[in-house]
Amino acid sequence: MIVATILKIISFAALALTLVPAFLVFWGYIEPNLSKTLMLIGTVVWFGTASFWMNKSEEEEEEVI
Amino acid sequence: MSSTQNLKQRLEAVNEYERTPIPKNKLKGWKSFIGTYAGEHTAGTEFVLGPLFVAHGASAGDLVSGLIVGNILAVLSWAFLTGKVAVKTRTTLYYQLEKIAGNRFTLVYNVVNAALFCFLAGSMIAVSATAVGIPFNLQMPSLTDVYPNSVGWIITVFGIGAITTVVAMFGFNVISKFANIAAPWMIMIFIAAAVGVLPRLGINSFSDFWPVAETTIWNGVPLEGQSKFTFWHIMFFAWFCNMGMHIGMADLSLLRYAKKWTYGFSSATGMFLGHFIAWMASGILYSLFLIESKGSLVFAPGPIAYEAAGIAGAVCVVIAGWTTANPTLYRAGLAIQSINPKWKTWKVTLFVGLVTTIAACFPALVMQLLEFVALYGLILMPLGAVIFLDVFVLPKMGLASNYAELTNSHFNPAVGITWGISLIFCLGLNIYGGIEIFFLGLPGWFVAVFVYLLASKAIQKKVTNVSPTIPLTY
Repeated sequence: MIVATILKIISFAALALTLVPAFLVFWGYIEPNLSKTLMLIGTVVWFGTASFWMNKSEEEEEEVI
Repeated sequence: MSSTQNLKQRLEAVNEYERTPIPKNKLKGWKSFIGTYAGEHTAGTEFVLGPLFVAHGASAGDLVSGLIVGNILAVLSWAFLTGKVAVKTRTTLYYQLEKIAGNRFTLVYNVVNAALFCFLAGSMIAVSATAVGIPFNLQMPSLTDVYPNSVGWIITVFGIGAITTVVAMFGFNVISKFANIAAPWMIMIFIAAAVGVLPRLGINSFSDFWPVAETTIWNGVPLEGQSKFTFWHIMFFAWFCNMGMHIGMADLSLLRYAKKWTYGFSSATGMFLGHFIAWMASGILYSLFLIESKGSLVFAPGPIAYEAAGIAGAVCVVIAGWTTANPTLYRAGLAIQSINPKWKTWKVTLFVGLVTTIAACFPALVMQLLEFVALYGLILMPLGAVIFLDVFVLPKMGLASNYAELTNSHFNPAVGITWGISLIFCLGLNIYGGIEIFFLGLPGWFVAVFVYLLASKAIQKKVTNVSPTIPLTY
């Protein structure tokens, strides 16, 4: 349960990492190249962590019908 | 050897309930549909359709208002038409149509339907190929290309086609799970790619956006050789670009798994994330590309996304194409399998995947996507009207539902007449009335309704209204 919660937090942080850097480019805080690198890291972490919890809750939901 | 047998057993164990209602314990929760719709409609097509509004000179005001109205109408169609029928019958479009129209009619319909699905899935495999080809310096297709322009293009397309087919062979669950995971990430990438390039368009604050949108991004001037799009074009396109799926009832294959008809509203995720935000985002990217390339004819979503969002952008194009191609391939497999239910699902999907991959080699499929999408919906639409009327209206008129099943008939003429007259009417409006293809769906639907009711009344007058179908209670 705790592991699942930690995984979810990491996943959502990774998702934020794909979006937030673009706004930082828009406001002029970072360069586009750094933004692209951060987006890639966010992508890898998202797919690496979300697959462990995203479909689990759906399967549990089906089992209790 | 044992692993080969194990794989075969797993493939043959895939049961998608092609000819039986979905059992209650197999129904899916709303999250599955939200993920599937968001993934399916935030997809490879969005990288093509969004830019086409720019090319057709849509103004910013027309685009925003047209998309809002059209998308709302599409969601309502999914819920009140497809959702209602899906939970009442819990069968696929193909099996339902066979009960209404007879197996001979369904045979023809299924071949047409599967071919359309193959072309749609093929165009998405081609879109993915434009991203996969980046590290190999692949020569990208242009707006005027019809045939494959290099051996590298064909090899790339076949690689993606093979992966897509193998995944689709394992059925809806695998597709749904991957779409669930990819959907939120894809939305983020679409938005991030567009936001990140705004300064290059001269937008440095939120207040700059609308003036630049009106004068630079969607300036209302079509590219040379392209027709002008108005509010009505955009509204009807947004409503009808998935006409085959909602009004045409193809999404019975998905929504038959829904616990309630209201799950049809979950299509709103696909419409407003995909057909609003993603279309606008890809339009922004294409507009920037046109400005910086000084009007280049190259049309390749992969490099455009890569330039805006780096490797994550290119990966997004691959996955976006893939999450559209996969369920479309799955639907095409169902269509073909209903010709002969004894065929194994995985073998049919393998065959369909091969046809799709060959089609994907031709870039013309992508370049003509706007017209193809409209045509695809139009062809399937009359049968959607037939199914809706057959399930909900005919019993109230004292006529029999599932007429072909009831009379053990191979062909229900009422359905054939409806399909033929509706499409001839639409063709006539197009050729003699000069009505563009995007506007034909609405009058065509009313013609289909009128003809089917009239034809059913004439053909069924000696049949008592005894429905052979036991109503489902879940």
